[in-house]
Amino acid sequence: MPDKVVIPMIQHMGAPCEPLVKVKDTVTVGQLIGDSNEFLSAPIHSSVSGTVTAIEDFVTSGGEKCKSVVIATDKLQTVSPDVVPPVVNSREDFLKAVRSCGLVGLGGAGFPTHIKLNPKNLDQVDTLVVNGAECEPYITCDMRLMLERTDSIMGGIQAVMKYLDIKTAVIGIEDNKPEAIAKMTEAASKLEGVSVLTMKSKYPKGAEKVIIYEATGRVVGEGQLPADVGVIAMNVATLSKLDEYLKTGMPLVEKMLTVDGGAVAEPKNVIAPIGTPIKDLMDFCGGYKSEPHKLLMGGPMMGICVYSDEYPVLKNNNAILAFDEEQSKPVKETACIRCGRCLRACPFDLAPAAMDRAYHLGDVDSLRSLKVNLCMECGCCSYVCPAHRELAMYNKLGKRMLREAK
Amino acid sequence: MSNLKIVSPAPHFRSGESTSSIMLSVVAALMPAAVVSVLVFGFRALLLEAVCVAACVFFEFLFRVVMCKRDNTIGDCSAIVTGLLLAFNLPVGIPIWMAVLGCAVAIIVTKQLFGGIGQNFANPAIVGRIFLLISFSSQMSTWADPKGYFGVDAVSGATPLALLKNGSPLADLPDMLNMLLGIRGGCVGETCIIALLIGGIYLIWKKVITATTPVVFLLTIVVFSMLFGLNPAYELVAGGAVLGAFFMATDYATSPSTEKGKVIFAIGCGIITMVIRAFGSYPEGVSFSILLMNILTPHIDSLTRKKPFGGVVK
Repeated sequence: MPDKVVIPMIQHMGAPCEPLVKVKDTVTVGQLIGDSNEFLSAPIHSSVSGTVTAIEDFVTSGGEKCKSVVIATDKLQTVSPDVVPPVVNSREDFLKAVRSCGLVGLGGAGFPTHIKLNPKNLDQVDTLVVNGAECEPYITCDMRLMLERTDSIMGGIQAVMKYLDIKTAVIGIEDNKPEAIAKMTEAASKLEGVSVLTMKSKYPKGAEKVIIYEATGRVVGEGQLPADVGVIAMNVATLSKLDEYLKTGMPLVEKMLTVDGGAVAEPKNVIAPIGTPIKDLMDFCGGYKSEPHKLLMGGPMMGICVYSDEYPVLKNNNAILAFDEEQSKPVKETACIRCGRCLRACPFDLAPAAMDRAYHLGDVDSLRSLKVNLCMECGCCSYVCPAHRELAMYNKLGKRMLREAK
Repeated sequence: MSNLKIVSPAPHFRSGESTSSIMLSVVAALMPAAVVSVLVFGFRALLLEAVCVAACVFFEFLFRVVMCKRDNTIGDCSAIVTGLLLAFNLPVGIPIWMAVLGCAVAIIVTKQLFGGIGQNFANPAIVGRIFLLISFSSQMSTWADPKGYFGVDAVSGATPLALLKNGSPLADLPDMLNMLLGIRGGCVGETCIIALLIGGIYLIWKKVITATTPVVFLLTIVVFSMLFGLNPAYELVAGGAVLGAFFMATDYATSPSTEKGKVIFAIGCGIITMVIRAFGSYPEGVSFSILLMNILTPHIDSLTRKKPFGGVVK
């Protein structure tokens, strides 16, 4: 149990929440502490019981500024009286419950779930794609979840199918997790319309568009949402939490995540209250075995570096990695040799080397025709580049250049 | 513990491949042919190879220093590859100063003046060779007599392609076994087909190149030699086609990077090679064909770009 938690008011895509508590307020587990009237947002709950010690400015890893609520924990974990199972009788009740759970996509992107489950063309949605492909190498928390909370995942799948009137659900799992496939297949066989798809293990299989294509053969086109091709895709962790909320009323206050990396003494999957500083997680995992030189929130391919281990765990974190000196060695960028490896590596058949050139020339027209906007920043191009060019970063910057030029 | 960590863009893992590791793989792939060249043409072949490599690395170093480029790029080992390939494309008896001049043209004129590695539009070794061929045609077509691997059964020094061009019957040519072993007249590194194939397959296995370009290039030669009434087996092994197809037409900077583009590129190379061999005044056309297709590479690349997944064509 950490001594304090820091809960930022931005934890996902969308608008920041306003803090609903004041300094010196006493809070309990599951109590609503932040909310917003904006469409694209999800409420935030206290993950601990204790006293609010500060409402401070916070800089997110994306560079945005917001407020954060700092709570000194009393270690009693008193549960808030508000935590009661929601009454759900209709689709409206269900969507309202999803929102009050504070649920966001737990696979990584953190898109508010109640919005995802309420597309304009719900009647055309016929398939629920369940993402059990671990989103990145190193991360194993989804696999643990599939083994340990199989029933709640199935419960979440059933709830979504029931209230959204979806007949089919496909659970995609990579073939390097045979135990998870076995356990999930057994559980799915008892449910009508639910099946498990074994997929070849190849990053980035867990990316939404990729897994939807694998599971249904449907291509989510440029500017489309999965619902436009009749699919809703959800991560196993999101579904498991949904089931738990419907049964207990406990909103999203903790997260299972993988703690790993060369500087961690005892790498493991942990369940941490949201807002736990990374330092406390590391202490729980036996501390650092060598000086950490790089701290990542997320996996090695897309994870974002944070500059300090005071940084808290967020709703959509699925991993914290601490790299030692050897793993953090910066690589020197050299000239592109036109080898074509990035073209072959890109899961979306984009041309990273050409976009790198267009970005550096400031050539917005080329960026547009090369479709830099379709890049999902999986990092495969940078991974394979023998000249060590930061192709994924240039794509990211190219996307921004294109947005700003419009 | 200091609280400030390294912050860098994702991804945080890299494949471990680098430009220099790729170039060293190519050098390794050229080694079997280099060994055979010494067996067949004697130690002057080794001298020529060493001089060309040293000259290319030196010119690259010199240019980067003189032009005050921030980085010296000799560490990427690409100049070593250029030097070896150029040496492979010269007759063993060429005066050393000419070879050095060829290296200067390859590295300074063809590569560095266009911006260095990755920016040159033409293959440096090929331009170096063609420059020498046109400037010093008699020295570039004076062939030393090859020896057997152990100094026995010498055959005529004239290149098999030149013999064919002059209307010699096939019986006057070295037999197929000697052709595959490299015991025939020709440029230093082009003669031993077996050694070149070992190197080429090594590059494909190491995923440095894909099989597309060499396979399509050589198939096109077979098809067009039959169309032109020539002997396809001899057209494949008698000239520089195998060396060109595996090591020169696959140069990253100057050949298309899409697989579809590689097919077009290789077909073009094969056709031009055969047209020159059948109708031109030169007995060999591999280097000219690759140079001409180098020029088309940017267009082939932009025409064969893959359609992005989910992209909307406007």
